[in-house]
Amino acid sequence: MLNYIWAFMIMIGILWAIIHGRAAALTQGLLDSAADAVSLCITMLGVVSMWSGILKIGERSGLVDRLAGRMEPVLHFLFPDLPREHPARRSIAVNMIANILGLGWAATPAGLQAMKELKELEEERGAGKSVAARGMPAPLPGTASREMCTFLIINISSLQLIPVNMIAYRGQYGSAAPAAIVGPAIAATAVSTLTAVLFCRFMCRGGRR
Amino acid sequence: MEFILCLSDYLIPLAVFYIVTFGVLMKRPVYDDFVEGAKEGARTVLRVFPTLTGLMAGVGVLRASGFLDAAAGALGRWTRAVGLPPQLLPVAVAKLFSSGAATGLALDIFRTYGPDSRLGLAASLMLSSTETVFYTMSIYFLSVNVKKTRYTLPGALLATFAGIAASVFLAGRM
Repeated sequence: MLNYIWAFMIMIGILWAIIHGRAAALTQGLLDSAADAVSLCITMLGVVSMWSGILKIGERSGLVDRLAGRMEPVLHFLFPDLPREHPARRSIAVNMIANILGLGWAATPAGLQAMKELKELEEERGAGKSVAARGMPAPLPGTASREMCTFLIINISSLQLIPVNMIAYRGQYGSAAPAAIVGPAIAATAVSTLTAVLFCRFMCRGGRR
Repeated sequence: MEFILCLSDYLIPLAVFYIVTFGVLMKRPVYDDFVEGAKEGARTVLRVFPTLTGLMAGVGVLRASGFLDAAAGALGRWTRAVGLPPQLLPVAVAKLFSSGAATGLALDIFRTYGPDSRLGLAASLMLSSTETVFYTMSIYFLSVNVKKTRYTLPGALLATFAGIAASVFLAGRM
């Protein structure tokens, strides 16, 4: 994907500059961006190291597990048909907490694990073990289950509480208050996540799995 | 709004305090853990440095060529109708596919208009409250071989639009 986006940016930019006689400005633009990337990375080196260090303390002391354990009411609300003791509950909770804390590297493996477990659940359902009695149609292979849709929509609605990288970028470009966006960012994230939750609940009301 | 801005001042100190205290209570060697994490963080930044350079160069070319201004001018008529400043549209579209490309465009907005300008604030909030829709969906669904994604895409896009709308709205009130 990035290969196309990047090639598009470079090719369009250069053609446009030549057509409009801005070739000299283009060379300067390229050199400036490269220099900017270096100074930005120096700032990011400090901020990201600092924050990763703090988060590591949380990870090692079992904070993620502790918080994931408290997600049960949320899971119950979002995934009403997910069996009580199913292992996917745990993976989903860890993925969500890791996303909320901004631990991207911990979130993805747990999320992929959750998808795998949800798929297994779907195959069990297909075998007629748990849901046939409730009169639900057998799932089709290669089709997302209701739980998968909910999980991904919530995931994509963005859950991160503290956008540390964004604070660092803002600081680098001379913001007077780089962290002033934290509160409003949480509010915006709440709006997108709430929209996602309402949408999923609405879609879940129908009988089709 | 007062409360939300107050949250900005207190959340990070409180989060750091909570995490460190939790670590101490759990009898962890907190400083050793910190250093370990900081090492990983530094490695992450060095790993993304080439990517960031490439994307910033791409955006730099678009900006210097005048294409971004031209695009914003051409798109303005439509985006203004829904209340979105035209300069933010490329950021919003790029974010659907790639976090790095969107970051490059947002940094360009910071440089051109300033991070505390209305555009800069809106871009900051947009990137903080949305995810890479297509990228995330492809990774997660490909991992379990699911091709029919049903209502995931409409739901994800709806949540993303809500996040963008909230960002633009809040940025106007900061």
